[in-house]
Amino acid sequence: MAIYRLSRKDRGPELATAPFAFFPIALTAVIFLALLIKSWPLLSLKSLSSLIFSTTWLPSRGHFGLWPFVLGTLWVTITAFLLAVPVSILTSLYLSEYAPARVRRVFQPVLDLLAGLPSVIYGMWGVLVVVPLVGKYLAPVFGHQSSGYSILAASLVLALMILPTIISVSVEVLNSVPLALKEAALSLGATRFEVIRYVVMKKSFPGILAACGLGLSRAFGETIAVLMVVGNVPVIPRSLFSPAYPLPALLANNYGEMMSIPGYESALNLAALLLLVIVVGFSLLARWYLVRISRRSG
Amino acid sequence: MNNLPGGQNPGTLRKRLRVESFFKVLMAASALLVLVGLVLILAIILWKSLPALKLSMIIRNPGSGYYLGREGGILNAILGSLQVVFGATLLALAIALPAVVFLNSYLRRKSWLAELIRFSLDVLWGIPSIVYGAFGFLVMITFHLRASLLAGLITVAMVELPILSRALDETIKLVPPDLKETTYSLGASRWQTATRVVLRQTFPGLVTGVLMAMGRGLGDAAAVLFTAGYTDKITTSLLQPVATLPLAIFFQLNSPFPEVQQRAFASAAILTILILLISLASRSLSRRLSRHKIR
Repeated sequence: MAIYRLSRKDRGPELATAPFAFFPIALTAVIFLALLIKSWPLLSLKSLSSLIFSTTWLPSRGHFGLWPFVLGTLWVTITAFLLAVPVSILTSLYLSEYAPARVRRVFQPVLDLLAGLPSVIYGMWGVLVVVPLVGKYLAPVFGHQSSGYSILAASLVLALMILPTIISVSVEVLNSVPLALKEAALSLGATRFEVIRYVVMKKSFPGILAACGLGLSRAFGETIAVLMVVGNVPVIPRSLFSPAYPLPALLANNYGEMMSIPGYESALNLAALLLLVIVVGFSLLARWYLVRISRRSG
Repeated sequence: MNNLPGGQNPGTLRKRLRVESFFKVLMAASALLVLVGLVLILAIILWKSLPALKLSMIIRNPGSGYYLGREGGILNAILGSLQVVFGATLLALAIALPAVVFLNSYLRRKSWLAELIRFSLDVLWGIPSIVYGAFGFLVMITFHLRASLLAGLITVAMVELPILSRALDETIKLVPPDLKETTYSLGASRWQTATRVVLRQTFPGLVTGVLMAMGRGLGDAAAVLFTAGYTDKITTSLLQPVATLPLAIFFQLNSPFPEVQQRAFASAAILTILILLISLASRSLSRRLSRHKIR
């Protein structure tokens, strides 16, 4: 591009559009700073680690331990991720390698619609179907007492919610594997599954990882759907059948009306900052890993 | 196939075919599971909503005693959601469009600034909407605003901005470089090339991006939870609070009255239908608009 020198006509539009391009950088910085400044009153009183790793959450007595909420977030998100990923990879492999065109034509619009379906609707479905299922049938089978409002219910809802996204991105990635590569392996006598295992999966691994990362980051921040089925009890979760209280739910339930107790406002802003750092940290990690892979494979 | 990567021995053909059919069944089964699960969501919502899905739901505001199960509808929330989403999408587009033009026309593809801007868009994409909601609330109290249409719309615009920008950026990257070079060689400036050739060329992508962002904005409850407020009337000014569909569903579902809960299901069905319309519009528009594209 460098060979085209900027003509004088271009100076105006360049200067006019530049501020808009800087806006995303500024917004990112301002969000970080605003949350940091707002959580500073508490951070200057107590050390960060004592706030994050303490387990007592009693705002009225000035105890703001965030550990139950961090653990709740991790339990719910990681369980949902472990439930969703195998199923979505198998499904997208079926759709891209085996399924007849008719099946694909049925799947595509369903996936599109459900990837865009609002989370409050998934949450509603969770209250109607998943919570009773977990409380009445699954928990007794595994010898637990549960109201149904539990980590497992939240994870199931969340898993179903991120499935369409992971599947549609993965299918796109899988479809972009060159046909010639597959044909070469087939011509050497590989079965179709061997082609998938040794050629398709190898070639599309970074892309599928990116698809999973997309699902993961959506799962981390999901608020309403989780809030509706997770029970919202600030305890250290013991099993999949116990309730939890993830960070987004904490914010959603308390953020609007936090002004009366000293330090409370700070604690909630710290929770928001923590959530932000966890999500951004995970996406940076995924990005770093992807860059490393793509460099290694040339 | 005696020397597979990693030196495994694949075994006899019969064994290999057994592995093949095992995994094929497993894949088909998981596909079926996914399809049944997803269709079940839609089916249950529609089934549950049928008793309460009346015309009055979409042409009336909540009357007195609506939340105790008496007459009324959710016109306020339907209109409110549309107001928020149209405003937010316009605002997000007004920022994303020039930003993406600058990114693609005035910066070199691999320059550090372009990388930084794309990276910050990635970060913004990953920020949960509840954090935008919290940030929007902080902005609101800083400027002494109350929960209002304006505050809700700005917050939803922040949620939509990275979605819209990345979608535009991706489609602009697909424009063949020859096309740009041809117009440059004719003496056109970058601005002329960007606005008259590149943007026209990416118009179908722009439309699908906008509709995708609208869909996301329409369903987002966490962003409007602290910022938009709620009202039983129709909002007529930017500074009044505004009702939104996701919150209407959420509040009605928490009601102890079965009639009100049924209306939550009906409201969910209405929201689903709106999302469906957007997704259908996006499909047909992108097909129709692509007819005039130079390939």
